[in-house]
Formats: sequence, C-alpha cells, structure tokens
Amino acid sequence: MSTLIKGATLPDGTTSDVLVADGVIAEIGKVSATAERTIDADGLRLLPGFVDLHTHLREPGREDAETVLTGSRAAAVGGYTAVLAMANTNPVTDTAEAAERVLDLGRAAGLVDVQPVGAVTKGLAGEELAELGLMARSRAKVRVFSDDGKCVHDARVMRRALEYVKAFGGVVSQHSQDPALAGPTACCHEGELSGRLGLPGWPGVAEEVIVARDVMLARHTGSRVHVAHVSTAGSVEVIRWAKAQGIDVTAEVTPHHLLLTTDLLAGYDPTFKVNPPLRPSEDVEALRTALADGTIDAVATDHAPHARHDKEHAFVDAAFGMLGLETALPVVTTVMVENGLLDWAGVARVMSTNPARIAGLADGDRPQGRPVAVGEPANLTLVDPSAQVVVDRAASVSLSRNNPWHDRKLTGRVIATLLRGTPTVLEGALA
Amino acid sequence: MTRHLLSIDDLTVEEIHEILTTATEMHDVQKRAVKKLPALRGRTVINLFFEDSTRTRSSFEIAGKWLSADVINLSAKGSSASKGESLRDTALTVTAMGIDGLVVRHAASGAAEQISRWIDVPVINAGDGTHEHPTQALLDAYALTRRLGSLEGKHVAIVGDVTHSRVFRSNVKSLVKLGASVTVVAPPTLMPAGVGDWSKAAGFATSYDLDAVLPQADAVMMLRVQRERMSGGFFPTAREYTVGYGLTRDRLALLRPGAPILHPGPMNRGLEISPDAADAADSLVLDQVSAGVAVRMSVLYHLLAGDGQNEGATA
Repeated sequence: MSTLIKGATLPDGTTSDVLVADGVIAEIGKVSATAERTIDADGLRLLPGFVDLHTHLREPGREDAETVLTGSRAAAVGGYTAVLAMANTNPVTDTAEAAERVLDLGRAAGLVDVQPVGAVTKGLAGEELAELGLMARSRAKVRVFSDDGKCVHDARVMRRALEYVKAFGGVVSQHSQDPALAGPTACCHEGELSGRLGLPGWPGVAEEVIVARDVMLARHTGSRVHVAHVSTAGSVEVIRWAKAQGIDVTAEVTPHHLLLTTDLLAGYDPTFKVNPPLRPSEDVEALRTALADGTIDAVATDHAPHARHDKEHAFVDAAFGMLGLETALPVVTTVMVENGLLDWAGVARVMSTNPARIAGLADGDRPQGRPVAVGEPANLTLVDPSAQVVVDRAASVSLSRNNPWHDRKLTGRVIATLLRGTPTVLEGALA
Repeated sequence: MTRHLLSIDDLTVEEIHEILTTATEMHDVQKRAVKKLPALRGRTVINLFFEDSTRTRSSFEIAGKWLSADVINLSAKGSSASKGESLRDTALTVTAMGIDGLVVRHAASGAAEQISRWIDVPVINAGDGTHEHPTQALLDAYALTRRLGSLEGKHVAIVGDVTHSRVFRSNVKSLVKLGASVTVVAPPTLMPAGVGDWSKAAGFATSYDLDAVLPQADAVMMLRVQRERMSGGFFPTAREYTVGYGLTRDRLALLRPGAPILHPGPMNRGLEISPDAADAADSLVLDQVSAGVAVRMSVLYHLLAGDGQNEGATA
C-alpha cells in the first residue's frame, strides 16, 4: 500500500509531496509517481506521529471506562502513533507477564504502538521494588517505570529504583506528591479558592519538595528521572536549575495544565477534578514558558477515562482525572502555536521527538518520534493548523465522557494519522 | 426568593431581612399551646442526612412539622453511599418518591450544590463539609439581631477552628451583608488557605490575638474545635489552645458589658469555651437553638410554600 501526501507543509516550513510506501517514507519533494491513495494536504502540516508518555487505558480491570482498543482509537484520532500505558490497572502492571499482556492487547488493536509502563513498586504500594529487570527483559521491553497515581514517596525506595534501572537504561517517571503535604483527599489547589470552597487543599509545595528531592537523588545516583505532569511554577524553577547543573531530568506537562485554571472548581463539578489539581494562571503561564524554552520537554495527556458513576459522587469522593488524547493537539495549537510560543517544529519536538526519546522508543525495531525524512518509518500526523473546533464530548471515541473541554472552542485538528504507512485516521475520523 | 438555599450567596440582603422577619412571626408559634400552622400541609420534605447530626436534623424536623409538612428522615450514612451508589443516584432515587423539598447534610463540601443540579425540587443545605451551613448563619443573625438590634456597624469576632468551619463560612457572608464588621481569630494553622486575599475581597479582618480583639467586639462567636485536630498537628495540646484561644473566665472580663456570646454547638466545655462563658447571662447558646426552629420554619415556608402555590396557580 502506498500513499501520496500532496503539498504538505513539513515541520521545517517547506512544502513538499511525501510518498509513503511499504511503511516508510519513500520520497520527499515534487513527486510525480502515483500512489494507491492520495491525500490532498494543501494548507496542512505534516508532523511526526505523536507519542504520549502518559495514558491510562484502564485495561485490565476497568474495561467499562476504557479498553486498550477504545483508548487506541482515541489516541489515533488525536494524532498519536504510540502511547505509554500507565501501570495502575487492576491487576497492576508490575510483572513481565502483565506487561506483555498489555503489549499484546495493543498489537491486537493495531492502531498505535501501546508501550506498557511498569510499576516501580509491587502493587504500587511504594514499599518493595517490582520486578523491574524482568519487565525490561520481557517482550514488552519496558523502559519507563512509574507508580503514577501514587508518589514513590519513600526516599530510600526512590533511590534504589533510580540506581537499579541504570542497568537497562530505564527511567523512573515520578508522580510528585508528598503524601504528608497532600493526602488522598487533597483535591483543590491550596489557596483562596480552596479556602472559600472548603475543599481539602493540594498545595504546590507538595509537588515541589518531591521534584527537588528527586533531582538531587538523580544527581546522587547518576540516574535519570522524569517528572510527570508538572503543575507549578516552583517545580519549573527546580527543573530549570537541575538541567543547568547537568542533572539528567526530563519533564512533561499536560494539555489541561496548560490551559485550565483552578477557578473552574467553583461549581464543584468533578469533571474538573484531576491530580495534580488545576492551578492558578501564574502557574499556567510558567508552564507555557517552560514548554517553550525546553525546560519542560514534552506534552503528555494523562488521559484518564472514568465511568460516569465514578464522577457523580460528591467532589472529594469523585475519581481524579480527565480525557485528553483527542484534544491534545487542538489545545497545544491554541495555547502554544497561536500565542507564538512554539512553531510547528516545536510542536513536533514536544509531542513526538522528545517523548519518544524519553521513553526509549526512538530506536529499536519499531522506532517512533523519527524525523520526517526519506527512509524513516512513516509514523505521520497530518494537522489542519487553522481549523476551528468546538469540542463535543458525545463525539469522542473514548468509552468515557469525563471531558473538561466539552463546548470549548479550540484551534487545530488532526486530519490523518499513519502508523508505519497504514492510515489509522483519514479525514479526521477512524479509517 | 431563591429556589435553593445552598449558600448565603444565594440571598440578597433584602431576602435575609425577609427571612428574619418571617422567623419572628414563626417564633411566636413556639409560644402557643398548639404549635401548628397549615402552610405546608400536604407537602413532603425529606431530611437526607449523609452525616450524623442530631440537633440540625431535629430542628428541621420540628420546623417542618410545625408547618404541617410530612417530614421524613433518611440517614444515608452507612447505607447506599457506602455500597458505592453515586450521589446522583441517591438524590434521584429519593426525589423520585415524589417529594417537595430536600434538606441535605453531607460531609463533603459542595454536595448540596451538586444535588441541586440533578433534581428539580428545592434543596436546602443543612451543612456541606467545611463549606457552608446557611441556616445556622441565619439563626445566628436572628439571635444577634434580637439582642443587639440592627447589626449595621456592629463588630463580631468569630473565634476558633476557622479553616474547618462551615459555620464561619456562612456567617462571615451573612454578617458582612447585614453591615457588621467581622474579625476572624484563630492560630495560623487553623486559618483557611488564602485567607489574606479572601478577607480583602470579602471585607473581613483576621487576627491571631484574641485578647486584642475581644475588647473591640460587640459579640463573640466561638467555634467548636474538634479534638482530633490535635492529632493532625494543628496545635500542640488542648491546654495550649485554651490558653491562646479559649473563652476562659478571665477573658470574659475583656468583653464589653452585655456583649453576647454565641456557639453553634455542640460545645467542648473547657476547651474553646469555659462553663463560665457558656452559662453566662450574656450567652445566647440556647437562644440560638430556639431561633433555629423559627428560622428553619421561615426558610421552609419561603422556599416551599410559594413554590407549590405557583404550581397550583398554573395548573
């Protein structure tokens, strides 16, 4: 199967035809050859397929909220060609067998590369290391380890994990939340609004002390740490300092932390309940700046589908999390591109190249995040940079509807997604 | 009048005065031998309590019964909620029985507001977590007004575990609306997050020094301090709390003569309030309880009687 993408604008700003054949980019330039399928890409941007460092697919355990298949569909519609599936399923992905099962479910779905994340500790309990090495040696070749949802709060455990993963080039992706400063009920950014609403506060400092500790542990161990869903200006300052010291730290920010703010919680709508919580505009501004200047390396969705009834409890009792895969590109376009903070080469960097590199997916037998160049695997996303979209939660291909973007007007739309040359999305819908 | 009473924010100053005026009339009913008004005859009110509360539930129950409503108490604590039923399902189920009003108490802030979005009968918030307790603030305003007259220009000190207090959050709004100045007194660990910006925007003052505030106050409202706060490290010991923030016998001398003392109950005698203060001639504690029934009768009347009459008029 061959596909000719006519007149696309490449990340570097040049306009070319791109011929895809046998799963790879065969030709770039003025292509005279014909192909079995032609996509008119006039006015569209061609980017390397997106890679999400942070997705919750809920399978196994909560197949009523999302499955590997439905989550893969949402990912493809969002322009993704690879997602990292977080380990907090039931059972937890804390063994090689569990990781291989998720890998196989992803292969069976066949819409994106589903790369399992392994738990750092057994059962996410934060006490004993999970079988990190066996997960790394498994067919799933796990390289990213995270107890996401929970913080690896014990400094001794975190130190050992950082040391141990050096043997196979792994990285620990930390959910930074000191449980002593932000316990399980903490659900609203600690500040004036949490005081007024009487909601348990989740202070920024509970994140910042863990980020600060972890970068020092990374320096001490000579290992690599990744900070998941950075949400505060203080964390940005710490990461910026650590990178200046040469510490091996990377960081991600979610689309929702780039746009949505604490004040949305005023009506106690659990749709806006997420962990870490939505922050004030000062933090949002700092996160945008950090993503633009490279302090934050990647955009990661933290796509967190939930069954409706798990969101229809009282605010403090409702589940944390919001959908993200299908709306990430429009949010990034609206927040970063339209405001002149990132060009399209920058979007390619933060949504594809950097996350693939952080996850260890840039090389190997199914490389992701490669440049749009001849001979590279044709993992491609075609974007209409000026399309106006009004998000409709009912239109989502996810099984869940906890969509904080519902009714919001955004700019940017994914038109097509190709996974190793095979279209998974055409004309904005599943192929 | 507002359709729901979820927060003091739902009421204008005029509506607060209207509720207090009606409460005065209702208060007279309490003195009669036959304590029944026909205002809500044929109406059904459910007290849906997800959290234990003997006095608030009883107060609403008596208020409804004296207005001739059928009042049913439903304790949702340890029942469907703990079986995993969602708040929405519980609210829809109860409402589907064909009720005319729902009084909700919940341990979670915002629960009454959430419920009001799901159902189509008036919802009265009888206390939601650490957020609001609007009928408590109205009964406090009623008791204070009877003692002090207009609250315009009066200075009220609210003292104690402010951060965990829904009584504070409702009272600060109603008192400021009624023209009083308010000073909130607590140790820094029991002040709400962001109280600096909040107090500036909302027009109240804060202090860590009770002894400096008491001589300036026309009334003092003591808040309950839960002993379990000590294990949370909010303050070191009960003894130290009492020395710093308790209304002790010695501190009574700092109060202006005749300045009333309020407490929403239940009191921790010896911790935040001494027996000398609780039982002082100027203590309004029992007046508050009595006012509670009258004010809740007034609230039920204003929210439910009009509602039904309008439906009848259009039917």
